[in-house]
Amino acid sequence: MSRSTMPRPIMAPWPLVMLAAPLLPFAAQDGAALYLPQLPVALALFALTVATILARRLPGSALGEALLLLAGVAAAYAAPLLLLNQGNALAQAGGLWIYVAGATLLLWRVLALLAGIAGPVRLAGPALFGLALVMLWEILTRGFQVPTILLPPPSLVATAFAANAADLWDDFRQTVLISVLRGYLIGCGAGFLVAILADRVPFLARGLLPLGNLASAVPVVGIAPIMVMWFGFDWQSKAAVIVVMTVFPMLINTLAGLQSADRIQLDLMRSYGAGYWRTLAMLRLPCALPFLFNGLKINSTLALIGAIVAEFFGTPVVGMGFRISTQVARMNLDVVWATIAVAALTGSLLYGALALAERHVTAWHPSFRKR
Amino acid sequence: MPAAQPAPLTLVPPAADAAPRTIVDVRNLTLTYQAADHPVYALSDVSLSISKGDFISLIGPSGCGKTTLMRVVADLEQPTSGEVTVNGMTPEQARLKRAYGYVFQAPALYPWRTVERNVMLPLEIMGLPRADRQQRAREQLDLVGLSGFERKFPWQLSGGMQQRVSIARALAFNPDLLLMDEPFGALDEITRDHLNLQLTRLWLGTRKTCIFVTHSIAEAVFLSTRIVVMSPRPGRILDVIDCDRDLPRERTLDIRESPEFQRIAHRVREGLMEGHSYDD
Ligand SMILES: Nc1ncnc2c1ncn2[C@@H]1O[C@H](COP(=O)(O)OP(=O)(O)O)[C@@H](O)[C@H]1O
Ligand SMILES: [Mg+2]
Repeated sequence: MSRSTMPRPIMAPWPLVMLAAPLLPFAAQDGAALYLPQLPVALALFALTVATILARRLPGSALGEALLLLAGVAAAYAAPLLLLNQGNALAQAGGLWIYVAGATLLLWRVLALLAGIAGPVRLAGPALFGLALVMLWEILTRGFQVPTILLPPPSLVATAFAANAADLWDDFRQTVLISVLRGYLIGCGAGFLVAILADRVPFLARGLLPLGNLASAVPVVGIAPIMVMWFGFDWQSKAAVIVVMTVFPMLINTLAGLQSADRIQLDLMRSYGAGYWRTLAMLRLPCALPFLFNGLKINSTLALIGAIVAEFFGTPVVGMGFRISTQVARMNLDVVWATIAVAALTGSLLYGALALAERHVTAWHPSFRKR
Repeated sequence: MPAAQPAPLTLVPPAADAAPRTIVDVRNLTLTYQAADHPVYALSDVSLSISKGDFISLIGPSGCGKTTLMRVVADLEQPTSGEVTVNGMTPEQARLKRAYGYVFQAPALYPWRTVERNVMLPLEIMGLPRADRQQRAREQLDLVGLSGFERKFPWQLSGGMQQRVSIARALAFNPDLLLMDEPFGALDEITRDHLNLQLTRLWLGTRKTCIFVTHSIAEAVFLSTRIVVMSPRPGRILDVIDCDRDLPRERTLDIRESPEFQRIAHRVREGLMEGHSYDD
């Protein structure tokens, strides 16, 4: 190892706990414990992981080391799955679990290395982290035979996802593309416009703000059945729930944003003889943009929650909330989890898109600016 | 409004007519702020007349009402009593006619606009066509020595450069009256000297009327035709010192070593000290 390498932080010793793994059983078959030498596949994978740790300084770059160690981690995560497929029981396999735990600590090192690299590789870190969580979920639920009613492994959820793709798409369309989108746009738009109005008419702001606090304290489960009675089963009642939930966060954020312009910046506009609307457009709204995005981001999650919960209280026979409530009753928890996955993914994508837009639009703001 | 600025160094001969036109007239101005617990007597019975082409410095300790006086002239503050006219109009009419450019104590640039678009801001409000706006902005940035920084954002510039941008912005629409509130207060001495020189050249070249607030005696003497010495609690005028008689209009930094300069500076200092003794 005479190659000169870029200085990299040395590895913490914790992943080496896996060296203790061979002392304990790696699997059990018909009640008999099996150790590493009796399991050629596991032995090969374990050797591979240890080899990657030993060889980690060989690659010339941090990225090289990260990729090498990642292979070691992948081997460790593959081991329990392969052993399960060979009909082994893993609940008592202490050695195997130490191996997996050591590999997870090794993953920590991989993520730290990736975080130190400039450029788009950084984005791989969070993705790997998410993937590892799903892998561990799969390994642990299957290895310890967790009842699928409690927590199905992701593979089962994926199967349910594929088998019910048509239904899930219909639910997505009904809940997200129809209810959430309309409710969100109406709620945020109304909050914004009322904020502008309240800014012009100060007594309106004084009256509306306590009302806003009151409205945000009302639980969704309380207003949802009422809205269903008022507006019927279809999207209108869901949109109404969303509007109630989103209008005040938007109102409060917009008001705060409009107040955020400096006195001196306002004086400047005044010195140019600029009127209310011009000052609003050229100074106060740009100042308010970070606040507006804050409201939009908060509301994107609130809207999704609102629509799904509201669907519990009556809906045409489609929609994510409807799917969850009916499939729970039928013990089809895999479909429930598939729906939850769709909801989580939708929420993240919405939030991510808004965060990206914010970065683009308010690149001048101190939290984003680069010299 | 004339579209083109005279070149910065052309000397405009002093007005031929004997009585110079009064641009700013302040008579018996009193302003009392209503603070939470007690009134603050920011200005008390202040009278001052400023002629076209004057460069007036307001000097005095913090809190003596210099900013307040400028803000009244700019119609950013309403007097409690007294008369103020700007170009023969009320301050409000003058403001709506964009009679003055105001350089605030902080640059007050808009961070979402590039340097050039910051300078174009007043022109945009006045509805100038885009090509004109850009041309004028470039001219003004050139004048304050910031060519090449048009596309930068304010936070990419040093404090001195930002303040120069704000001066360019105030000059962009070619107002006859410039109000500058400690524009160089936060800058180091070298930058300050440099900007003083640029400012006096600019003033000579354009013959704008300037009201300039400063804490620095040397800066006041170097730049001004007249120096107004103020004292606090209540804010009032102690002394008005004429510098034009003893110092040439065209000044360079080494004039600060001359005996005339020292004599005026001494008188300003005396005035300031006199104001202080009233306190104790
Ligand atoms: N908006 C305001 N409300 C109350 N008091 C003020 C306000 N603005 C200034 N003052 C007070 O008026 C006095 C004069 O202030 P200012 O004109 O800013 O002084 P200077 O610019 O000479 O330092 C100070 O005592 C200051 O505290
Ligand atoms: Mg001041």
